[in-house]
Amino acid sequence: MAGRRIRSCVPVALGAATALLLAGCANPSTGSANDDPTKPVTLKFWHGWSDPNEVKAIDAGISRFEKLHPNIKVRSTGNVTDATINQALRAGGGDTPDVVTSFTTNNVGQYCSSGMWVDLDTFMKKDGIDKHAVFPKTLLDYTQYKGDQCALPLLADAYGLYYNKDDFKAAGIASPPRTMSEFQADAVKLTKHGKDGSITRAGFMPNFRLYQNSPDRMLAQWGPKYFDENGKARLADDPKVTAFFKEMNAISAAEGGHGKLEKLRSGFGDEYSDGNAFLQGKLAMHMDGEWRGLMLKDAGAKFHWGVAPLPVPDGQADTYGRGYLTGTVTGIAHSSKHQNAAWELVKYLTTNTDQVVDFANAIHNVPSTKAALASPKLTPDPNFRAFIKIAQNKYSSAIPPSENGGMYITSFQDFAYSEEEGGEKNLHAGLVKLDKQIDADNLQSES
Amino acid sequence: MALSLPSSAGTSAPKDPAARPDMSLRRKRTRHRWKVLAFLSPWLIGFSVFFGYPLIATVYFSFMHYNQIKSPTFVGLKNWKYVLEQMPLFGPALWNTIWLVVVMVALRVVFGLGIGLLVTKIKTGVGFFRTAFYLPYLAPPVAATVAFVFLLNPSTGPVDQVLGWLGIHGPTWFNDPHWAKPSLVLLSLWGIGDLMVIFMASLLDVPKEQYEAADLDGAGAWTKFRFVTWPSITPIVLFAVVTGVVQTMQYYTQALVAGKIASGVSIGPGSVVQPGYPDHSTLTVPQLVYQLGFQNFNTGAACVLSLVLFVIAMAVTLLLMRKGAGLIPAED
Repeated sequence: MAGRRIRSCVPVALGAATALLLAGCANPSTGSANDDPTKPVTLKFWHGWSDPNEVKAIDAGISRFEKLHPNIKVRSTGNVTDATINQALRAGGGDTPDVVTSFTTNNVGQYCSSGMWVDLDTFMKKDGIDKHAVFPKTLLDYTQYKGDQCALPLLADAYGLYYNKDDFKAAGIASPPRTMSEFQADAVKLTKHGKDGSITRAGFMPNFRLYQNSPDRMLAQWGPKYFDENGKARLADDPKVTAFFKEMNAISAAEGGHGKLEKLRSGFGDEYSDGNAFLQGKLAMHMDGEWRGLMLKDAGAKFHWGVAPLPVPDGQADTYGRGYLTGTVTGIAHSSKHQNAAWELVKYLTTNTDQVVDFANAIHNVPSTKAALASPKLTPDPNFRAFIKIAQNKYSSAIPPSENGGMYITSFQDFAYSEEEGGEKNLHAGLVKLDKQIDADNLQSES
Repeated sequence: MALSLPSSAGTSAPKDPAARPDMSLRRKRTRHRWKVLAFLSPWLIGFSVFFGYPLIATVYFSFMHYNQIKSPTFVGLKNWKYVLEQMPLFGPALWNTIWLVVVMVALRVVFGLGIGLLVTKIKTGVGFFRTAFYLPYLAPPVAATVAFVFLLNPSTGPVDQVLGWLGIHGPTWFNDPHWAKPSLVLLSLWGIGDLMVIFMASLLDVPKEQYEAADLDGAGAWTKFRFVTWPSITPIVLFAVVTGVVQTMQYYTQALVAGKIASGVSIGPGSVVQPGYPDHSTLTVPQLVYQLGFQNFNTGAACVLSLVLFVIAMAVTLLLMRKGAGLIPAED
């Protein structure tokens, strides 16, 4: 009898324990906005900056904040990736951050729709902040999802064309290209070949796996529309997307072909080291963000270089000056029990004009408020100012947020890698398949 | 012996004296069962916590939509349909995993056995060769992979340079979808030290008298291997194959690191490592499980993939453990 009881009790007990464990999977770490921000508190702030100069700059900003709010201490942790933040906030626990940042705008849709980052509109209303008056529209757009403003821009990034002035002079090119036709012609003139036919210097590296060469960033020069009004992917229906791939393939072929370029690329050093291919003179033109200028100066580039907007398609010459925009975003973790105090920090870092300008000057990022963009205190460096103009250009754009985070961009990048390697025999059919895939992935994440 | 059950109405001790030893026996059995259970409990607890519960949870979540923030909701077979019908990376990942299981495990076993035979036969420099073949196994997987990718770099790596001096146009190794998996196999053969030690021990354990008897019968090297060595080491070969299959089913680190380093894509705080470079040729199912579960937080689909992997690993193991597979001696 006892044996039978044991036999019958064990499965019941195991079943009950399993049910309890499974039931506990709903995240219990729910924070609140009932705290008094004037009371002493220590906030945990996770950010992605890791370069000593950047860490010094953000720490200086935090020190200024602590002086303004003596009751709030900030414990900051740098070099934190989105994956770490995502996993930590989902896992919960007592040591999760109050204020978080993300170095990409790709995941904002996911942060907002999942409720992982709290809606900041309530806090802004309470403080009488008109977000439309403070932040540029594009930056506001990429920090919200379906009306949920769960993030705010904490400096922005604009992409432009870095070019080697010495190489341009030697090739007899007077000014940076403005259209894709000029771009292709210049790229060919600037490309150098070795005796064995290999490429020793690329006029421009069209291969998408190079450093910041993500295809969505270059595609911004065409002004594409990723989704229709119903949120369905429409890349196959957009002639700009087809034109983009054709142009990139044409540049690649004109310079010597994907294989030769890929062989050159595989020998490039790390992007953030002295082995950077542009710094090493292995690239005459290069797409990059505004921070690269400071790095080129620090590394003591042995050539003259300049910055210009990336070229635009021949049929859209009036949009010259545009570029891809992204940036660091910040928000308050849903699990924070000090959300009012956390808001004080977020508000200071994102809306205080002096702080935004000082931080932008220190790490060479584009300021993220209208007042800061117009500030006379901004560094007068013409190369840096070129990026500010790109950020202010009315045609500049960011990628649209999605509940599925940046997965559709990942799918698009995968497609682009396959396309540049010649894996897509029928471009339109491939894009139709890609659209279906993006829709299936989005549906799966929304179910 | 006749067994008698206590009367259902009876409240006192059984009146039949024959029933007493029976009750005593039952009590003994019960005590024995508790003892067995007590001794087994550490394993039972470990098994339940680290295998039973995760397995049940994986099955449960494979039918749920769960983003690890909000409570799970039942979605029926939707995750299964998504993985098996709508996810284009599932096919390449499964194919790569199976390819690695078949090719890598087979070559590792053959190479490990070959090196084991070599280091048991050589007369001079035994210690040196055994150490030399074992040392690479001690290298941390990430460091070893990074070093391998640099060695095989098509533009700056010494391997292609040496091949060039010999007039051979070397492949682009980790940058070529056709060569990426073979390059991973080369990496695994370089770190063959674990299998070499196991095979060496088993080869040294084969009774010498049997070789002497075979010599007297005039047997050649192959005949001796076939009829003396092989029957003695088949349990070790089975062990090497089964553990190799299970480990390769979980192949993750080397493929991810090799793909990341060879791709040259910069990984910063805002970027995501996309596994599988080049052209998904190094994408394995475990990498896809991680990507789905802990980057996209698509827990349901990740659980489906894990279950598929589990079922395949179980099926292959059971197949190998069958006597008919030839790796278990018939008399066992």
